[in-house]
This record gives sequence, structure tokens and C-alpha cells, in this order.
Amino acid sequence: MIAFIARRLVGAIPTLILISLFVFTLQKLLPGDPILAMAGEERDPAVIALLHEKYHLDQPIPIQYIRWVGGLLQGDFGMSLRTEQPVTTLVASKLPVTLELAALALIIALAIGIPAGIIAALRKGTALDYGANIVALSGISIPHFWLGILLIMLFSVKLKWLPASGFVPLFDDPVQNFKTLILPAFVVGVGLAGTLMRHTRGAMLSVLGTDYVRTARAKGLMPRSVVLKHAFRNALMPIVTLTTLLFGEMLGGAVLTEQVFSIPGFGKMIVDAVFNRDYAVVQGVVLCVAVGFVLLNLLADVLYRVINPRLRTAS
Amino acid sequence: MTRLRILIAALALLASTAAFAETTIKIGIQDDPDFLDPARSRTYASRLVFTALCDKLVDVAPDLTFVPQLATAWTWSADNKVLTMTLRDGVTFHDGEPFDAAAVKFNLDRSRTLPESLRKSEIASIVSVDVVDAKTVAINLKQPDATLIAQLSDRAGMMLAPKASTGDVGAKPVCSGPYKFLQRVQQDRIALTRFDGYWNRAAYHFDKVVFLPIPDTSVRLANLRAGDLDIIERVAPTDIKTVKDDKSLHVFNNPGLGFSFITFNVANGDRAKTPIGQDKRIRKAFELAIDRSAINDVVFEGLYTPSNQPFPPTSPFVDKSFALPARDVAKSQALLAAAGVKTPLDVELTVSNSPITQQVGQIIQAMAGEAGFNVKLVATEFATLLSQQQTGRFQASMQYWSGRPGPDGNIHQFLTCKGSQNDSHYCNPKLDDLLNTARTTTDLAQRKALYAQALPILADDMPSIDLYFEPRLIVMQNKIKGFVPNPDGLIRLKDVEAKP
Repeated sequence: MIAFIARRLVGAIPTLILISLFVFTLQKLLPGDPILAMAGEERDPAVIALLHEKYHLDQPIPIQYIRWVGGLLQGDFGMSLRTEQPVTTLVASKLPVTLELAALALIIALAIGIPAGIIAALRKGTALDYGANIVALSGISIPHFWLGILLIMLFSVKLKWLPASGFVPLFDDPVQNFKTLILPAFVVGVGLAGTLMRHTRGAMLSVLGTDYVRTARAKGLMPRSVVLKHAFRNALMPIVTLTTLLFGEMLGGAVLTEQVFSIPGFGKMIVDAVFNRDYAVVQGVVLCVAVGFVLLNLLADVLYRVINPRLRTAS
Repeated sequence: MTRLRILIAALALLASTAAFAETTIKIGIQDDPDFLDPARSRTYASRLVFTALCDKLVDVAPDLTFVPQLATAWTWSADNKVLTMTLRDGVTFHDGEPFDAAAVKFNLDRSRTLPESLRKSEIASIVSVDVVDAKTVAINLKQPDATLIAQLSDRAGMMLAPKASTGDVGAKPVCSGPYKFLQRVQQDRIALTRFDGYWNRAAYHFDKVVFLPIPDTSVRLANLRAGDLDIIERVAPTDIKTVKDDKSLHVFNNPGLGFSFITFNVANGDRAKTPIGQDKRIRKAFELAIDRSAINDVVFEGLYTPSNQPFPPTSPFVDKSFALPARDVAKSQALLAAAGVKTPLDVELTVSNSPITQQVGQIIQAMAGEAGFNVKLVATEFATLLSQQQTGRFQASMQYWSGRPGPDGNIHQFLTCKGSQNDSHYCNPKLDDLLNTARTTTDLAQRKALYAQALPILADDMPSIDLYFEPRLIVMQNKIKGFVPNPDGLIRLKDVEAKP
């Protein structure tokens, strides 16, 4: 297993190099000059020239890239043009927020999506199945910002149970932290739950029709045991893949949700950074998310092996 | 032992009630401020924070006159080249360092020489600063500068504690304002706490001020309605009805300083070589096709102030005799015919990609269409828009300026031949002459006369069309009393308190 993990990690290096190259060039292709936005309304030409030089933006793009990668190898992600904070500090301060939101949203999504998917598959073609499908589709289709604002209107403005927006770090005040995150996590989670439900239903349906499930039923196993132990375990593979991918996506930040609930996570940071052409921040965040994706993919592969013993012997 | 426990319990109780009694005012602002260093700051959001954090030499009164803050009085020399300021007694910085003439010299010199300073052009007329005595400072100028007091009423006049202000000032600014810096979480909050050594401490009633950047206007309002915020600024005009229906809130609708205008590219590169860039009659026709009041009514619920001059409605420099032209489609068509162009005439209008600006663009498109213009709207994201404007990649562009209390800061850099923000590259030596003379004229009546002469030149050359001034819409909980709105939209907490 360790050799497998090591092999996969080494294999990820070219991917990451490609990604870094890609992000860097794409960004430089964007029109607009960060320094012009930074120089303020007054736009003093002397200041503009100075800032170009200070951030090496007056140099050819390949040199800028090499500089950046050189810094990366020494653990230096560069400095935000807008706030002059090291990108590592910014990432370190936003990553826990995004991780927490993503984890909470995923828990909500799994708690709703998987049972709903299993039930819909078992009751295929019934009103329950159609009902679950309609709810799932609505979950996927409802725009996050709209649902977010509706929930704020209900729980904050009308009932005054929860704060309308903002964020309190977990270690400052766990209760308040939960209160600030529950609505956004629900908004993101409901969207994911729909996708998860649809996939669980599909996977379960294909497994429930197989011979071994019929055999298990025929030999008189409890229906509960047939469904959960025999069918669901095999249906789990695509769900694991999907879940890790969804989690990876959320690492990029739930942009609109973070905006609506004013949560200082990755999504808000990267949008602001793109609009301000804060190159170092965009590059740093995208690279972090890419690394996260690689790790999650690896996790999915490891989980496959845990769930499916056949894969263990194959390698 | 038991007694000790009781004592500890009593102390804990006391401490908790003391903590409970601490009053905090929470202000929802639209954007996250940039550097909290007066010399380097560029955003309006940072000025909102500075208002509580850093006192200035001079302040702006609601009627846009300049009033004492850290300087209690000022006089000009006979040749208007030396400004002598008397400084307030008994002022200390947040770290206990006394405020004196040397501190003023330090700050003005810092703003003039710090490589990254964005204040250089604002106070470029200063050649040196002399410490006359501890409480008197003399500012020597190259030439008379009527704009200097206005500049000293903004970031150029903010005073940092000299000893504490080396290195990264923006991370923890040490000033002399009513509140001192406590904590900042990027894109989340900036917290300030009351400065007990403030010279006018009794006028400030909150122990803490927290600024929370919330970009979405409806979310900002929802937070206010939920009671999580006490004050919000820059409320959307379309939300004002909701606010008025909510009995626990009240709104301050005060004419502001910020205004929008259309700039035509008349000489900046190849894109200026269009009929509308080359012929002022066509630009005039464009203006006559636009009904500013209709834009105000449709997009801004009638809350804005249509205007054809770059001076805020409350400014003494507004020329009332220079009336807002009424929409006149027939005259517009006649001008187009006189210019001999084939209609419909294609015009490309660049607008920022905010929904509101695009809506304004669409109305202009429709109105100009009736006169014979075929307006193509190009919605562009802000950073791109800035560089396109500067490099002349536009025909006509809708711009916004946050506005300055003095007239010079709203006109000189946009319309003089060498103006730093003259993206149009418009140049009329006669106008330059008037605006430069106005800069060095300190007599109010004479200055007014100079600006009054400039307006007809602009109306004739039409390098740009002023559209409207936006109000500063501030909404707060009813329990917040004593707030006095100011055209600059900044929230001054003097005498503001919470009374149920």
C-alpha cells in the first residue's frame, strides 16, 4: 500500500508542474494591469512604475514564472499585491474556513443524499421515488445565492435564530462557529445531496438487479442485510469517487455561498484576487486546490482498496 | 478558603458584568479596505475606517467648508506661499507619543517622499515643512495652492505617530483618532477600541467599533434587519423602499460627492479617430439625446442628483446659472445632420460590468438610439476597464469618480492637457489656463468666477458628459442617535450613541 501511495505521489508531480504553468500563463493573458488598480484613483505614474519594478512585473513572463517557481521550491508562494501579506499566510488563514465549510456541507449532503438514494432505488417507480427525484433536482437547480438569501430572511431577519452572515473561528467559540456555518453548509450541502442521491440511486439500481443480490435474497437473508451489506457496499464505489470529487470542488471555495454569507474562505479570496489581478494569490490558491485534488484522488483510490479486496490483490 | 472562593466568584461576576457593559457599534461596509496606511491607501473603504482611527489636520463640515481638527487655526502669508498652522494642545498618539509640529513635519515629509506614497501628487505644491515651535508648523509652497486645505482634510492630512510608524504601518497603524487599532482579519473584520487619551473622549460613546466588509448590498441590509449590524453604508437605491417599510430602521439620504460621467476618446490613439471623437457637434448631439432625470427615475428611484457639472450639489462652486440642458431629440438630430454623418452612427460605449451601470448604459443606448446613434455597449470588468481607458482602447466610456470636497479634485486631473487621469487626451490651453489659475487663487469669489468660465468651454468642447451625483445612502437602527451625515459619506461617530 505504501509503495502504491508513493508511486501515485511521484506521478502527481508532472501534473502539478503543468497546472502551475497553465495558471501562470492564463492569468497573464487576462487583460488589465494589477498595478493600475493598485495605484488608486490618483494613478501617479511614478508610483505605477515603482510598483511594476517592485513586483517584477516589468520583466518578461518566462522570467516571472521562473522567479515564482524558484520561490515555491523554497516554500515562498509570493506576496499578495493588494495587501502585501505573504500568500502562505493568506492561504493558511482561509484554508481552515473552507475545509470546515466543505466538511460540514459534505456531512449534510451524505446524510440526506445516501439514505434518499437508497430508498428511491428500493421504491423505484413509486410516488416516494418520484418525490425524492423532484427534491433532488430542486436541490441541484436552486441557485445558491437565492436559497442563501431566503434562509437569511427566514432564520435571521424573521426568526432571529441565527446570525445573518459572518464567521467565528471554531476555536474562538464553537457554538457561534456552528451557528455561523450551519446555513451556508446547508445551502451547499443541499445542492450536493441532490447529485449524491441521483448517483446512489443509479448505483443501487444496477446492483440490485444483479445475480448475487437475487441469490442473497433467495437464501433468505434479512432484506436490511441484503440492501446494506451486499448491495450498498458494491454500490459504494462510484459514490466514493463522486464524494471525493465533490469535496475537491468545494476546496475551490463555494464562491457564491461565501459571498452571500460573508464567509472569509477560499472562494471569496480567489474572486477578489482575480478581479484585482492579484497574481500571486490566484496562483497560490489554485495550486493549493490542485494539490488538494491530487490528494483526494489518492484517498479515493485507497478507499477503493479498503472497500474492494479484489483491488488489493491486483496490485 | 470559602471566603476566598466567594471573593473570586464576586470578582468574576464583576468582570463579566463589566464585559457585558462594553458597548460595540458594528458597521457594515461595502468593500474590504486596502492598506491602513494613510500614505498608501487608495480605497474609499479605508477612509471609512480612518475616520474613527486617524485624525486629520483639517476636517470637512457637512456644508463642505473646512473646519479645525488637529490644526485649530491656519493663516496664509501675504503671497499665499506659506501656510502656517496652529496645532491643538494636549493631543497624544495611541502609543502615548505627543502630537506636535515635528509630528506634522514627519507625516507630510513621509507622504511626499515614501516611494509608494499615493499622496505625492496631492501635496506636490509643498517644498518644505518648518517646525516653528512645538505647536506651530509652517508649510512652504512652490506656488499658491488653493487645494491644499482640501488635501489636508483627507489622507494627506492624517497624522501617524512618528516613532511607531516605521516599517509596515498598514498592519497596525498608530494614529491619534478617537479609536485605536485592535485587530484585523482580512475580508472579515477590522476592530477598533476606544482610545482613552483622546482629546475629545467624552464625545465618543462606544467602547468598540467593528467594521465588517459585506459586498452584497441585500446581504448587508439583511444583516442590519437581523440586528447583527448597527449601521450600513452605500445601500442600493432599490432597497430604500424596504428600509422605509421597516420601522426599526432609518435612512440618511444625503447628497454625496461621487459622480458618474461619460468620457469621449478625442485624441488618445487610433480609437479617437471616429466621428464622435473628432466632431464636438456629434458629442453635443449625444448629450442632447440623454435625459438625465429619466435615468435617475428609472434606475435610481429618483434618489440621485442629475448634474451637468463636476461639482457636488452641496458645493459652493455649483454654478446655478449653468442650467441642466433638457433632452432635445430634434436638436440632436439637427446637429448630426449638420455634422454630415450617416445615421445611425455607430458609437461604442464601455461600461463597467456591474448590473446598475449596465442598466444605465442600456437607457442611454435607447435614448441615443432615438436621435440616430447606434450605441454598442461593451460591459467590461474593472481592472480591464482601467487599462483600456488609459491606453485609449475606447470610444466613449462611463466612468465614476468618488469625488472630492474641493472643486479642483473633480476636474483638474481629468480635463487639463497633462492631467494624470485625462484618458481622453483632450487638451484646450484656454481651459488649462483657467483651471491652473483657479488652483493658485485663494479668494473664493475669484475662484468661483474662474470655474464659472470653465464650464461653458467644456459644454462647447464636450470632452465628457457629466451625468449625476450619487447620494450617500446610510441606514441605521433607530436606536442609534446623534449621527450627522456628511456629503463625503464617512461615518463620524462623534456624539453618536445607542439609546433604546
